[in-house]
Amino acid sequence: MTGFDRIAQAGKHREPEARYDLLVVGGGPAGAAAALTAAEGGASVLLVDENPVDPGLMGLDVPLWFGARYTAEVQTPERLTAQVFAANPLLEAAMEAGVEIQLGVSCWGAWVPGWGLASLPGAIAGLADAEHAWTVGFDRIVIATGARDVALAFPGWNQPGVMGARGFLSLVETYNAFAGRRIVVLGSGALARRVVQAAQAHGLEVVAAVEIADRPLDEFGVRVLTNAVPLEARGGLDGVTGLEVSVGAESVNLACDTVVMAVSLTPTVELFDVLGAELAMQPSLGGHAPVSPDAIATSLPEVFVAGDSAGVPGGVPLTVDEAEASGRRAGRAVLASLGRGTHTPQPRIVAAGDALALQAAWLRALNAASPAETIVCQCEEVTREALLAVRPPAYLGPPSPAQAKRDITSLLADGPANQDQIKRLTRACMGACQARRCREQVALNLAFASNEPPERTPLAGYRAPVRPLPLKVIAAWDETTEMGRFWDVWMGVAGQWTPYDDIGTEREARSAGIFANEE
Amino acid sequence: MTGAEVIVIGAGVTGLSAAWWLARSGVDVLVIDKGIVGWEASGRNGGGASHYHSPLFHEEQRLWPQMNALLGYETEYRRERVIFATTEHHLQNYRRMAEICRGMGYRVDDLDPQQVRGFVPLAGDNVTGGIHLRFGGQANPQRTVQAYAWALQDLGGRISQHCPALAIREEGGKAAGVETPRGFLACDHLVVAAGPQIEALLAPIGIKAPMAPARAEMIVTEPAPLMPVGAADGNGLYGRQTLRGNLAFGGGPHEWLDDVGLAGPKRRPSTPVLQSLARRVAELFPKAAAIRVIRSWAGVIETTPDGRPILDRVWDNLTVASMSGVGFGLSPASGHAVRDLVLDGQCSFADLSKLKLARFADTPADWRERVGWVPTTHAEAAEVSWQAG
Repeated sequence: MTGFDRIAQAGKHREPEARYDLLVVGGGPAGAAAALTAAEGGASVLLVDENPVDPGLMGLDVPLWFGARYTAEVQTPERLTAQVFAANPLLEAAMEAGVEIQLGVSCWGAWVPGWGLASLPGAIAGLADAEHAWTVGFDRIVIATGARDVALAFPGWNQPGVMGARGFLSLVETYNAFAGRRIVVLGSGALARRVVQAAQAHGLEVVAAVEIADRPLDEFGVRVLTNAVPLEARGGLDGVTGLEVSVGAESVNLACDTVVMAVSLTPTVELFDVLGAELAMQPSLGGHAPVSPDAIATSLPEVFVAGDSAGVPGGVPLTVDEAEASGRRAGRAVLASLGRGTHTPQPRIVAAGDALALQAAWLRALNAASPAETIVCQCEEVTREALLAVRPPAYLGPPSPAQAKRDITSLLADGPANQDQIKRLTRACMGACQARRCREQVALNLAFASNEPPERTPLAGYRAPVRPLPLKVIAAWDETTEMGRFWDVWMGVAGQWTPYDDIGTEREARSAGIFANEE
Repeated sequence: MTGAEVIVIGAGVTGLSAAWWLARSGVDVLVIDKGIVGWEASGRNGGGASHYHSPLFHEEQRLWPQMNALLGYETEYRRERVIFATTEHHLQNYRRMAEICRGMGYRVDDLDPQQVRGFVPLAGDNVTGGIHLRFGGQANPQRTVQAYAWALQDLGGRISQHCPALAIREEGGKAAGVETPRGFLACDHLVVAAGPQIEALLAPIGIKAPMAPARAEMIVTEPAPLMPVGAADGNGLYGRQTLRGNLAFGGGPHEWLDDVGLAGPKRRPSTPVLQSLARRVAELFPKAAAIRVIRSWAGVIETTPDGRPILDRVWDNLTVASMSGVGFGLSPASGHAVRDLVLDGQCSFADLSKLKLARFADTPADWRERVGWVPTTHAEAAEVSWQAG
């Protein structure tokens, strides 16, 4: 190499603060088991878990759909740390085996050198707590980030007290900080059963479960309204006070303070997408999941998966035992890839039940029973009608005459539905929750509009930071000297900004350096 | 699928504007693209529209205030820009830029720190001063590319997405048309506006168009309170506050990429550089320091050896248009220029003689290695002298 561009990225990234054989993201049963297994095999392991989550993020339904039904205890995360630790006994075992555990630390990005990323100082992950952000290096990463709820809109869903099953289980089981008393469950499958069991174990009243099908999908000891569709969540200042449900030709009002949507989970795959690990729509696994023959390895040799983030069969989370077994397999696979021990991959067990079809059936039922003005994207207040009209946001005023003639049909005439394109035009999925509450239902609505199978809609891409972090927290206050010294607003190409008339004249030097770096 | 009088390769902002201008003149035009409209850098940039250095500058300034009306669709264009500094060094640079613009007849006001904070309430006590461009401004790149596409269709123009150009067919020193997966598409005139893919498209027909692909990054925050002037930047950043309130800013180091060939970039990763962007946004807008970053992204752009555009009717019926990575804001004017080159043989409103491909006739084959515009690893960078000029 003869030349070197000091304005480019190479040489400017910070060295990571520490390096580990293995970074595990997620301290649930799968992540803890992976960390424990790898540590027992002699690997240096860092495990990070974002719980207890910053209360400001919980208010945005990040990372889970909490529906603001948490007690004031979440306002003091430090007091919840012991509770989070106690919720998973494997964490203590992992710590005793030498795993370094950091709670209240989120992983907002991860990268491995590759095409377009030559300049990285090895494989690194971005971490953050409430105060600052930093990077660590890893040889291997196990992503055990679990699953989150598929949110589906109906009138009144955008108020406190409407939440997802995964968010509910987290508040009840991990935090012991659920603020509701009387819940209605949407769905009657295995996920709904998990919700009902957790609710009853914690002394909550389950008013009823609501099922769109003509019979319950699973058995549990509460009343199930079948052939039933939620019409509207009624509420007041404190959110939900009841759920109006159509049952056959009748309408019933169920008094409750919480509505828990328990239709389907979808794997939490943000970090795979940021890393560039291959994802594919896998309807039986709840949505886009990493391409993996054994639910452990991914398309990138440094990247492994464990637990629910590999896919949720039928939209239902693994049991604790299943998740721990998945984590142990991931730990052994990591060790084998590091040359420590052997590991025989087992083929992924093919899941029964089409979670995507379940999601689609529910959204069709909810759409049929709700007005087109129903909000789909809460952050940006985009209605289903605006989405399908590809209507610009209201703050741009009434659409122009030409715009008014355009809708989803005219876009579809040009090519298959692309969620990222619709997003740019309508702002649906562009809000602070990073599309956690609307990504799946926008994709489904586009599939409905284009008469395409729902699995055809391409994934709307994820980007770092996969957790919304304040500027002052994620800011690189300790960036390298070279980053600051050779910072340029653009490419730093000599003469690029020279006024055209000056080119080739004695005035050419006059404008040099106007946008130049600090030198 | 059939050909057209004029085929444009590339549904980025430069190609779409050129096609729209041609359709306005009654030309039967077809735009083909490997992906969807505005998917690459055209839809991923800062949205700025004050390129005083360009021969297209005056036309850029003339056209932007009319674009919503001309296109029939909203671009979110807003006039004016405030550039402000937190160091004396930056302030001196901005003042020199102001002088150049005044010299061309444009109004620029010098601002003291208090005046800056009036236009930019999120700015802080660290402001040293600024300049207020009473021209230029910002638009929404994503909305604008779709506006071009729809306006083109409204005039009868056609767009074929997911239809990559595989090769240009040359017959008797002329461009006969384009080979695509959907068959051969014949044309009377071909416009190549394919961004980083231009070099690979032209090389097989013996035309050398040296360019290097690079990745540039931006970040965006959740909405902040709207400021009187959204196009407010400085501190080594370019960008804007969107009309929704988000702070969207880019700047800082790029990464040189391997040749992207005809297929385009394999990936568009953004990197931990987003942390240094966040730092500069927090320094520029201290009152927004608690606002959350919600996304980053990267765009892949092409840069010519001198960083200047190529706007050149290379053959009698072949026109090449690359804005060398600075194409969005200038697009109303670049499209007009390409229309003029195609239909009239010369630009009606600007001298483009310094933007011809011939200036690279002597560029050596290994020019990228010579200047270091190639992928460079962390370890390689540790070996070089940062002092070298």
